Amino acid sequence: MEPILETKKLDLHYGAFQALSGIDTEIFPNEITALIGPSGCGKSTYLKTLNRMNDLVPGCKIDGAVLFHGHNVYGNKIDVTELRSRIGMVFQKPNPFPMSIYDNIAYAPRLHGVRGRAELDGIVEKSLKSAAIWDETKDKLKKSALGLSGGQQQRLCIARALAAEPEVLLMDEPTSALDPISTGRIEELALELKKTYTIVIVTHNMQQAARISDKTAFFLLGKLVEMDETAKIFNEAEDSRTRDYIQGKFG
Amino acid sequence: MRKLREIFLKAALIAAAAITGGILLFLIGIIVKRGLPQLTWPFLTTATSYLAGTTGILPNICNTLYLILIAMGVALPLGVGAAVYITEYADNPRIVRLISFAAETLTGIPSILFGLIGMLFFIKLAGWKQGVLAGGLTLALMVLPTVMANTRESLLAVPGAYREGALALGSGKWHMVRTVVLPNAVDGIVTGCILSVGRITGESAALLFTAGFGLRLLGFKAALESSSASLSVALYLYASEQGKFDIAFGIAAVLLVLTLALNLLASLTAGRARKER
Repeated sequence: MEPILETKKLDLHYGAFQALSGIDTEIFPNEITALIGPSGCGKSTYLKTLNRMNDLVPGCKIDGAVLFHGHNVYGNKIDVTELRSRIGMVFQKPNPFPMSIYDNIAYAPRLHGVRGRAELDGIVEKSLKSAAIWDETKDKLKKSALGLSGGQQQRLCIARALAAEPEVLLMDEPTSALDPISTGRIEELALELKKTYTIVIVTHNMQQAARISDKTAFFLLGKLVEMDETAKIFNEAEDSRTRDYIQGKFG
Repeated sequence: MRKLREIFLKAALIAAAAITGGILLFLIGIIVKRGLPQLTWPFLTTATSYLAGTTGILPNICNTLYLILIAMGVALPLGVGAAVYITEYADNPRIVRLISFAAETLTGIPSILFGLIGMLFFIKLAGWKQGVLAGGLTLALMVLPTVMANTRESLLAVPGAYREGALALGSGKWHMVRTVVLPNAVDGIVTGCILSVGRITGESAALLFTAGFGLRLLGFKAALESSSASLSVALYLYASEQGKFDIAFGIAAVLLVLTLALNLLASLTAGRARKER
């Protein structure tokens, strides 16, 4: 199987500080890849190189390659906005726009020129259903998205990302601001979504990585220590640092 | 001893507050008492004319509106544009600091200097006649920093998460600014506009050399390059050149009501902005 995303000798500097060094990874379609490691290990930074969200950080410099379907996303020919609509992102803190639920979901389709009422209605319904939040919102699509609970807002943000029809969904600690019940629903949703999408998820919660991911990558101090099948990482990791981290000896 | 000092200090503070409040109330009182009786329908709807024997401030009301129109028509797009540039686009912190510093300095300059510069630029250099065009553009320079500063403040208050969210969905920079940043900064922009309109309405010094003293009723086009006194300038004219204090107080009452209304409006929109955040 061909990887959908690949990094080769990826280095990243914030000014003089090297946040990532020599990261080689392969991410395969229709799998959930979990990124774990202590705070500041570079896992979120790595995630944001995949859709070039680090471009926004002043003084950020990237060497090496990030390949999406074999094309370098840092190449000259790449259209960043096109890339970001094919690689969607969900953030740590739910960030619905202060507009109606409907307009939140319709944001990306409208950006890509969808104007027809019926077509938009269809996309909104489909996206909300895919993110398992249709039943809770179908009667209040015109209400402000800010009136939803935190868990609902996060599923709304997932629906909003899905409406752009991405192939990959990047999730940056999507449940760290949520209660256990909402967390469970997001995890269930992720398992359902991997049938259609490829998911890369950063998590601080090791049980979460164990529960939902197919592959796990362990980061430490800006380096990739180990990346393998989740079962292997959790049961018979090759590197002693991985074993120590999994067993909670440091973190 | 200590207690006595406490009591004395408290009394002094109360006196300070009472004197301040008293002076303000006295000012408002005297304007209302002398000005309100002047506010008749003919006063507000005719021009002063020796031939027709009428006394009225309609031309000055119109001129003030023309000035607001021209000044805001220029200052609003420029100020908002500059604020958007330095908050969303400029990545050189030096440029941002330079523009902010220039804007801050401009707000502190006495308005008569704007009048001087306006006269040199628009009358002497460009060769225009005195009128609401030169006056309006001078006022645009004067309120530009206010519009920019208020816009910038409200742009900075828009959460970064909205910007990130929009960019992550594939939106370009300008699309992001248009769809999620500006709509959430509207209240600040409106507040800046109201404050600016207040300053324009009350301004006289900057207009003396640029808009002139004319008291004739003129249409917008004619007023562009004809000497035209705004309400505040007319107040000065009637009081100091003609000694007609009744008319001056009438104008003062109109200005007072306008200022009150604008301040009320500004605090309403500012309050609404705070509640939404």
